[in-house]
Amino acid sequence: MPLRLLKYALKKEHPAPRFFKSLETPKKSYDVVIIGGGGHGLAAAYYLAKDHGITNVAVLEKGYIGGGNTGRNTAIVRSNYLTPEGVNFYDASVKIYEGLSEELDLNLFYSTRGHFTLAHTESAMRTMRWRAEVNKHVGVDSVVVGPDEIAKACPELDMSCSGQAPILGALFHAPGSIARHDGVAWGYARGADRYGAEIFQNTEVLSIDVKNGKVCGVKTNKGYIETKQVLSAVAGFTPRITEMVDLETPIVIHPLQACVTEPMKPWLNNILVSGSLHVYVSQSSRGELVMGSSLDPYEVHQTRSTLDFVEGLTSHMLDMFPFLSNVKIVRQWGGMADMTPDFAPIMGKTPIEGFYLDAGWGTWGFKATPISGKTMAATIANDSAPDLIHSFRLSRFEDYELTGEKGAASVGH
Amino acid sequence: MSFRIPKQAREWLNRDKKINFTFEGETFTGFEGDTISSALWAAEQKVLGRSFKYHRPRGVLSLANHDINVMLTDGTDTNMRGDIVELKEGMSLNAVNTIGGVKKDKNSYIDSISPLLPVGFYYKAFHTPRRLFPFWENIIRKAAGLGVVNFNYPRILKRKQHAHCDLLVIGAGPTGLTAAYEAAQAGLEVTIIDENRHAGGSLGYNRAGDKASVEYLDDLLNKVVRHPKITLRTDAYAAGYYPDHLIPVVEAGGITKFRAKAVIVASGAFEQPPVFRYNDLPGVMLGSAAQRLIYRYSVKPFNNGIVVTANDYGYRVAIDLLDAGTKVVAVVDLRSGSNGGLHAAELYRRGIKIYPGHCVYEALATSDKSSVRGAVICAYDDKENIALAANKFTLECDGIAMSAGWAPAAALLYQAGTGMQFDYGVQQFVPNRLPEGVFAAGKVNGIYDLDQRMRDGIRAASDALRHLGHSVAPYAIEKHNGPSPSHAYPMVPHAKGKNFVDFDEDIQIKDFENAAKEGFDNIELMKRFTTVGMGPSQGKHSNMNAIRILAKIRSLPVEKIGTTTSRPFFHPTPIGHLGGRGFHPHRLTAIHDWHQAHGAVFTDIGAWKRAAYYPAANHSKEDAIQAEAMAVRKSAGIIDASSFGKIEIYGPDAAEFLERFFTGSYISQKVGSCRYVLLLDESGVVVDDGIASRLATDLFYLSIGTSNAAAVYREMQRSQQEWQLNIALVNVTGAYGAMNIAGPSAREILASLTDLDLSYESFPISHIQEAVVAGVEARVIRVAFVSDMAYELHVPMAQSQHVWNALIEAGKKHGLRPFGSDTQRLLRLEMGHHMPGIDTDGLTNPFEIGAEWAIKMDKPYFIGQRSLSILAKRPLRKQLVPFVLASNFNADMPMECNLVIDGNEIAGRVTSISYSKFIDRCIGFAFVTPAKKAVGSEFQIRTDSGSLVTATVVETPFFKNQIKSQKGA
Repeated sequence: MPLRLLKYALKKEHPAPRFFKSLETPKKSYDVVIIGGGGHGLAAAYYLAKDHGITNVAVLEKGYIGGGNTGRNTAIVRSNYLTPEGVNFYDASVKIYEGLSEELDLNLFYSTRGHFTLAHTESAMRTMRWRAEVNKHVGVDSVVVGPDEIAKACPELDMSCSGQAPILGALFHAPGSIARHDGVAWGYARGADRYGAEIFQNTEVLSIDVKNGKVCGVKTNKGYIETKQVLSAVAGFTPRITEMVDLETPIVIHPLQACVTEPMKPWLNNILVSGSLHVYVSQSSRGELVMGSSLDPYEVHQTRSTLDFVEGLTSHMLDMFPFLSNVKIVRQWGGMADMTPDFAPIMGKTPIEGFYLDAGWGTWGFKATPISGKTMAATIANDSAPDLIHSFRLSRFEDYELTGEKGAASVGH
Repeated sequence: MSFRIPKQAREWLNRDKKINFTFEGETFTGFEGDTISSALWAAEQKVLGRSFKYHRPRGVLSLANHDINVMLTDGTDTNMRGDIVELKEGMSLNAVNTIGGVKKDKNSYIDSISPLLPVGFYYKAFHTPRRLFPFWENIIRKAAGLGVVNFNYPRILKRKQHAHCDLLVIGAGPTGLTAAYEAAQAGLEVTIIDENRHAGGSLGYNRAGDKASVEYLDDLLNKVVRHPKITLRTDAYAAGYYPDHLIPVVEAGGITKFRAKAVIVASGAFEQPPVFRYNDLPGVMLGSAAQRLIYRYSVKPFNNGIVVTANDYGYRVAIDLLDAGTKVVAVVDLRSGSNGGLHAAELYRRGIKIYPGHCVYEALATSDKSSVRGAVICAYDDKENIALAANKFTLECDGIAMSAGWAPAAALLYQAGTGMQFDYGVQQFVPNRLPEGVFAAGKVNGIYDLDQRMRDGIRAASDALRHLGHSVAPYAIEKHNGPSPSHAYPMVPHAKGKNFVDFDEDIQIKDFENAAKEGFDNIELMKRFTTVGMGPSQGKHSNMNAIRILAKIRSLPVEKIGTTTSRPFFHPTPIGHLGGRGFHPHRLTAIHDWHQAHGAVFTDIGAWKRAAYYPAANHSKEDAIQAEAMAVRKSAGIIDASSFGKIEIYGPDAAEFLERFFTGSYISQKVGSCRYVLLLDESGVVVDDGIASRLATDLFYLSIGTSNAAAVYREMQRSQQEWQLNIALVNVTGAYGAMNIAGPSAREILASLTDLDLSYESFPISHIQEAVVAGVEARVIRVAFVSDMAYELHVPMAQSQHVWNALIEAGKKHGLRPFGSDTQRLLRLEMGHHMPGIDTDGLTNPFEIGAEWAIKMDKPYFIGQRSLSILAKRPLRKQLVPFVLASNFNADMPMECNLVIDGNEIAGRVTSISYSKFIDRCIGFAFVTPAKKAVGSEFQIRTDSGSLVTATVVETPFFKNQIKSQKGA
């Protein structure tokens, strides 16, 4: 047992302090107001303080911290994207993640397990090769592997997928990892709080005050806050916030669902993704299989669960792992994915002075949490977006300079 | 030794059939009808499992499908719940998640080091230094999980059904049975389901010496079972409540998806454990679990028991225990001001000691911790919720029955969207705003008295009837009065802890307090940090107490704390049930069997199985493809193209529809001619292409690629919804078979089967004719996709095999051979045709593939036009070019999606590449920077191995056009 747990046994009083202060009412004004207390918003608050010394910051969360997509994803971290811009960006995120438990002094269970994207068709193999080539080019460890290597890594996998979709190969991405998603939000919250940022839960933004094209404040259910800089980091709620400042984005909201099984003794060591079968699955350190699938095909601003989803997913899980017939699904849930036409995020400045957007994460916001926090903090501090996120600017949709990441979606979203 | 008692009225056992089984290597005997837990308990086996985290010994808790600590494996199956799984002859059972057996689990040491494992301990350690984390993680992963999965477990295919009824009643207890009967009497078709093996709910076990309750149940069940309008399904649970009132009902045989016009939720309530030190010892169980043991399985819960209660229900339990032959040492009532109701008097009469205003301060374990040996009792301050331990005393006992209150089984109501409020009269959440067509009755509705519950059933039935348009008078019932069935705070603090709130996850009161100290002081954060309610029982016995504890910590009323979100499933549901039969629909052409008989290798394209190539014996795939291609170039080949999308656009606005949908011009298209169509999306990205043939002024016949056909048709329908043109769209993909006969001999072969004049002058390229081929009416199209001499024949699907056979026969002397879709890819490449999806990606615009010629910008509108007008003014970012490798190239062959490298930059990628035996060159398409697009430019391709290969831009087609030589032939 690590020695640092000893104090819990020896001290009469629980020796751990609060992660973040319990605050009810915001001050009259802040230098920066961050809307959304998920991983992204909290990370931005943390890096604003750490990298730029900006600590007069309020994070406003309408529910509880980490309660949105931060707590609803399947906690996969990877950088095996399709465009060089995407690969570089997510690789930077992976690098921060690797040291994040130490930096935040919170064990995020960042567990590098290797990530297989299975290809069942020749056209999928082509995409895998494309991704592998781009990844290799920018120095990210992704290779196309054959069925033998997959079978060796995961002998439990039915390589023919019940005869329905024989596996031809895979993109193997060694740095692929899973982490405790809640912990990421909590760790950044604690870090930001210690630097002096203030986190307000149950605090909903009702409107944003813009005068002469400049942000001057936000109205909340807990009063008016003066500020010149506002960051929106609200994922599925982005359209509601951008509407407040009359900003048009091409974001549409689709539900994305996931589910977990009862705990069982860990046997699945890797993260497996099958595009053809619309499955991604890993096994958590509690022993649950954590599984997700494609986006729901319709636009709905809801987090409802559907039976269709779990029926389709489990049917395909059985193609891959027929022996799971009597393993039970405990729980399913949904999140709201903010999708962009090119599947790349929207980050950086907007035509409204002082209004910054961190959105369009769609199905992969969790893995970008550290780097989005860091780059958005830099954007706010310098009122200028760093090169790393230039390709993700909102104006690319007018400029017809899209960053096509559709091919990097883990399943056919 | 046995706890088995004489036959109880309506017991669930078949005493005529003994069942032999083993548990942890020891042999036992039970009866048919026993669950694993009841049979083991009858044999006085108390340690039935180990807890998830601390590996503490655990026995019976609920006997109601939330005894998560009693999970077993029979060697085949795992995580079998002992409290509900029926005993089968010859079962060989072991508890899951132990090392060395349930009695001597080597992991039980974890319990003694529990102070080192504070709430959320895994967030607090193991991560520094970073390099040691994998070591710790490995240990933690080994300790995690419950049962071991059997990798040889067979795939089980379960049926799925749909069902409809007027009224679905969930829960066949007294409330549900009454409601179902009432509604059926008024004429409704009623289905009533219950998760238990037998209907009756609490009437079946909560007797308190009342013989009448047995008669009640018999009477109710008789009426329900015999009613022609009621279907009773037991062993059936509602797994969730989904949007639009979809309720999947899970039974052993499969899932039935119910949609009822009205739903009455009479799901009852879960008994909640009071929290005191060592409330988890084997022998400490819920009062209702003790009653279930007695009346369902005729098993005495213990010999000398204490009842700890905080409501009047515990007094009923005490009477049931006495009637079962158990000695009741004492009834300990947390409440100071209550007289225990009617049943207290009987207990006094029977000489039972009652301690009002007292609590069990802690249960005492036997030396081997396998059971209870006594309980420390002391006074309890019911207002401050503290034990007054100064005057504590010990009572000896071998079991404790707990009755402190209930939590509504309201998961389905929550999922249906019910608004719930906390009712202090019953100390539970009750519905206050129900969705339309959903009704709640009985305990889940905060009604506890038996007569009142049955009247609540009648009330709910009358509400449902009115909802369905029947004119029945409202039936009002009063709210619960009398003492609360649930205690407001049934918790006994203890300095040494081990007072468990959540048995799935071994969470104690102090874990909640410490979580709150660390800032996790709202219910959702607390759930995530402590993991309360996240185990397999989904918090059925722990969520309510967690809410109460948090309310106390924050000095807030319970309703301010709220509840966590209820999500499916109500009980964990097997993947085999949910996955069902696992359909993989695929489409076969009418000629499929012929391809199979001729050794075709098939490939999946969209939903279709297509012949990819026909390998001759001892020939490789590559040889087969080259030979097939060579046949097309030298004599003739034939491909089954039946999977191509085929859509008819019919009506006065047919040409106008195409004008708007595709990039080209169709108004001017002559009847009998064919034109290329290119489909873009609104951002100007290439989606698909195909051929539109004009059969009449108002009829176009569209053929498009296989993989996109369904999506294109859907998009056409969507556009037509918007445009409302005077057309009809018919997808005739399945109605027509198609085949393409190509090569220098194609004309001669076809000519032998038709009177159609195939000469160049009468039937030039890009034209369509209707003709009789081999006796079958056919649409014949001259296309130049794989060869400049090719005819595509579209015939009714049913006749396509006949036409195919005729062509094969006629082609024999010409060396005609079939070719597959892989060969087609090579042939079109030789011809210099790019293919959407292969030579384009999700961002490719028509300018980048040199398709300007297919775009008529000066039309009023087409999909993508606005974007193209902007893109046209911008510099190109990339350009698709045809290329060849050196004529003597024989090194490491580049592959599709290998990158084009310029200096150290990615300049593009190879989209198609193949060796062509006919041309004797490696040819392909690649995206390059516009600077490299000129014919003769050279660029570098990086292969998988990292070597660079030089390619040269050329013109297409890659070989000399044959058509000129054949003109006029």
